[in-house]
Amino acid sequence: MIGPRFPYCGRDHEAPVPGAPALAASGLSARYSPGLPLALDDVSMAIAPGDRVALVGPNGAGKSSLLKAAAGLLRPLRGEVRVLGHAPECCYDRVAFLPQTTEIDWRFPIDVYGFVLTGRYVHLGWLKRPTTLDRERTEHAIDNMVLGGLAHRHIGQLSGGQQQRLLIARALAQDAELHLFDEPATAVDASSRELLAGVLDELRERGRTAIVATHELDRVATRYDRTIYLSEGRIVPAPAAESDHHGHG
Amino acid sequence: MDWLMAPWEYAFMRNALVGGVLIGAICGAVGVYVVIRRIAFVSGALAHAVLPGLVLAQIAGVSLFAGALAAGIFAALAIGFVSRGGTVREDAAIGIVMTSMFALGVALATRAGGFRDLSPLLFGDILGIGTSDIVVLAVFAVLALGALFVFNKELQLASVDPTHATTVGLNVDLVRLGLLVVVALAVIAGIQSAGVVLTGALLIIPAAAAVLLARSIIRLMLLAVGIAVAAAVIGLYASFYLSVAAGAAVVLTGALIFALVGGWRRVRG
Repeated sequence: MIGPRFPYCGRDHEAPVPGAPALAASGLSARYSPGLPLALDDVSMAIAPGDRVALVGPNGAGKSSLLKAAAGLLRPLRGEVRVLGHAPECCYDRVAFLPQTTEIDWRFPIDVYGFVLTGRYVHLGWLKRPTTLDRERTEHAIDNMVLGGLAHRHIGQLSGGQQQRLLIARALAQDAELHLFDEPATAVDASSRELLAGVLDELRERGRTAIVATHELDRVATRYDRTIYLSEGRIVPAPAAESDHHGHG
Repeated sequence: MDWLMAPWEYAFMRNALVGGVLIGAICGAVGVYVVIRRIAFVSGALAHAVLPGLVLAQIAGVSLFAGALAAGIFAALAIGFVSRGGTVREDAAIGIVMTSMFALGVALATRAGGFRDLSPLLFGDILGIGTSDIVVLAVFAVLALGALFVFNKELQLASVDPTHATTVGLNVDLVRLGLLVVVALAVIAGIQSAGVVLTGALLIIPAAAAVLLARSIIRLMLLAVGIAVAAAVIGLYASFYLSVAAGAAVVLTGALIFALVGGWRRVRG
């Protein structure tokens, strides 16, 4: 994974191009480092704003890589990826990314409220302090993920499921147009999965896009508007049993 | 109660008190990030690496702060140079630069002569703080504490979740470099009190004690500053009445506070 050098400053962000797909890829190929096989191989697709899309495929199929490319963390080797009509680095404030694995220091002295508030920093940039709006969005996100009673608890004192809800709350606090969730339902209990389903519904009602890498094949038919199947870095047709319900990209 | 006021009848003790409070404020606050980001080794290395700068400054008759600053910057660049490309790991590079520069400092001091005793540089000379030193320490305090306050948001973000920080455009390497500069300021300030060998303790002990008591950055910093300042004041009393080296007394007082806090935490469960 490469580290992008985006400007950490709200005034450099671009407005979405009217009518542009939430996420579009055209002949997109990418790899993590020279010599490694392609993580994405000639991927082309477009996702309309407001859609709930499931990314499905075995481990190593390219689900995480596609989400990282959309978040600007994996640069294209060939082809391009566009978010709301722009290169990812022009509008990353409109993209909330929840990675599968994180480098979070759970011992860092910060409580649930403070952690979720960091989701607002992308809108502030250097020097600016959080405003009333930032605090309202933070409280709303905490309530949405049913963490209200834990707002002043240290993040290291949360259970695994609560920590995952915390990460989703931070993504929601960002109030992004495009949400990229990489296996958010892994290692969480049934109630957290239901909460996540409710979040996806609410995002759709608000016209926001959610792309979710998932292994929950039994639920993609009911919870998502569309499913994209990936295998070995390529978009592939739906398996026969699934194709009655879903198209592919 | 005369014993409480007796030390402050001397100008050098009053200067030491003001200097000790300023150094405590800087090292206490900065030390919180040194402890929670686990870069204690870097702060100790920086303190050792500035010895040749201190020796050269003393020989040239210029400000020790200037010598320490130049050596500190050289050390940081040297660590970056030795570890570039990843052939030599950063911790090994730090160890190489730290010991080499410390040895260079000792060699310079013995070669130049005139250094009857290296102990003021090695163990600090808080009782030798003059008015001009206090002005420099006040400027360091404004710079270091100001940087922590102004960039608190970015320091938090880069420390708690570097991946998220990167995805929102924050250059975490730049934040790390900025933090190292602030740590260097604290180290150079601390050397006046505790010397090259003991300065790491001023950064680590108060913050490590505070971590046992608080769970938010602001409270941690306030507590660490309080502990560091208390260690400075009590250490000066101990030095005055027990005739022990002031820097060592300050560090030992900090260690005692840490032991008391640790014991209290253990008893409380």
